[in-house]
Amino acid sequence: MVVDTDKTDTAPLFKLLSSVCDPEIPVLTLQDLGVLRDISIAGNEINVTITPTYSGCPAVEVMQEDIKTVLADAGYQHVTVQQSLSPAWTTDWMSDAGREKLRAYGIAPPARQADSQNIQCPQCGSGDVKRISEFGSTACKALYQCQDCLEPFDYFKCI
Amino acid sequence: MDTELQPALINYCIALGDDSVVLGHRLSEWCRNGPFLEEDLALTNVALDFIGRARMIYSYAAELEGKGRSEDDIAYLRDSREYHNLLINELPNGDFAFTMARQFLVDVYDMGFFTELAQSKDPMLAAIAAKAVKESRYHLRRSEDWIKRLGDGTEESHDRVQKAFKDLWGYLPEMFDVSDEEQQLVDAGIAVNRRALEENWTATVYAVMREATLDIPDDSWSISGGRDGVHTEHLGFLLTEMQVLQRNYPGQQW
Repeated sequence: MVVDTDKTDTAPLFKLLSSVCDPEIPVLTLQDLGVLRDISIAGNEINVTITPTYSGCPAVEVMQEDIKTVLADAGYQHVTVQQSLSPAWTTDWMSDAGREKLRAYGIAPPARQADSQNIQCPQCGSGDVKRISEFGSTACKALYQCQDCLEPFDYFKCI
Repeated sequence: MDTELQPALINYCIALGDDSVVLGHRLSEWCRNGPFLEEDLALTNVALDFIGRARMIYSYAAELEGKGRSEDDIAYLRDSREYHNLLINELPNGDFAFTMARQFLVDVYDMGFFTELAQSKDPMLAAIAAKAVKESRYHLRRSEDWIKRLGDGTEESHDRVQKAFKDLWGYLPEMFDVSDEEQQLVDAGIAVNRRALEENWTATVYAVMREATLDIPDDSWSISGGRDGVHTEHLGFLLTEMQVLQRNYPGQQW
């Protein structure tokens, strides 16, 4: 399949990549996470810029491969994915849609930097929560428990 | 950048990467040995951050060097004399109190160090540091919390963490030594003047230790050599385990 990439409109590419999700939190797309920073086209070369979440997050490499696979399946063969470290990723870049998807999935979304104590139980909405551990099942999560409904839950760390 | 400083910058990056990968590997040794599940996860999460840092810094060093080496070549194909990490990072984990005391001392240091490095005139180092400082802030919250809980906990936890600090004390002066080569990079606005970090570091560490009802050791012994490639006997064993796959199956990939 030959696709004409000789156009600067990247909107279709963003649309294609909206199917690429975090391998460890599959309800979040890379756009929801704020990881997908830019797409540029030069001739038939596509350059996708992503920013890693945590320095050691093993999901980043999977994300790079997934981006290439999705674009290759759509006929784009010349794709490079580059990592941009600066400015450093922050959970403040997570979209509101992403936050709502996380909550529905049972993970408390990250508080905003300016209001980092505002953590609510994703099950019952109570703000009366207790931290069990600073770290959880993946690099981006901490473990909490709700004091009202007593459910333990993952909290997406605010950094 | 001044090309005369290029070799010094490469050495500087590799030494910083060595600090991270060696401590990251130590922490990873806790995997499935943590005192309880949450701590097991925490220790290995922190390990991942350190290993991730090392990868970024080594990759940058390899790029500066331009000799076709990869981050993996730098990590897996050098012997202990070619490693330039600070000695505190290579010490065996000991008990949980020792691991957390070391982590706390390093986390306070890293907060100061990476905050400064984020201002480096080298944009790549500044970018890596800006990421690292966010993670270190998070690491420190936990390690500081543990020092208080262990120090102000039971008699046994107090004694163990007190002994850990005493055993670590002589490895601290090295953290604030600046080599001549490093000083050139400091003068060029690229490297951090580690000597200048000591005052704030001391204030933070002492305040937390006092709150944790711990005595500040008055030991005057000190040991150094990490930045010159002169290590304790422990690093060789660590590297042997870390490098065994690449040494036996050169070029092997996942």
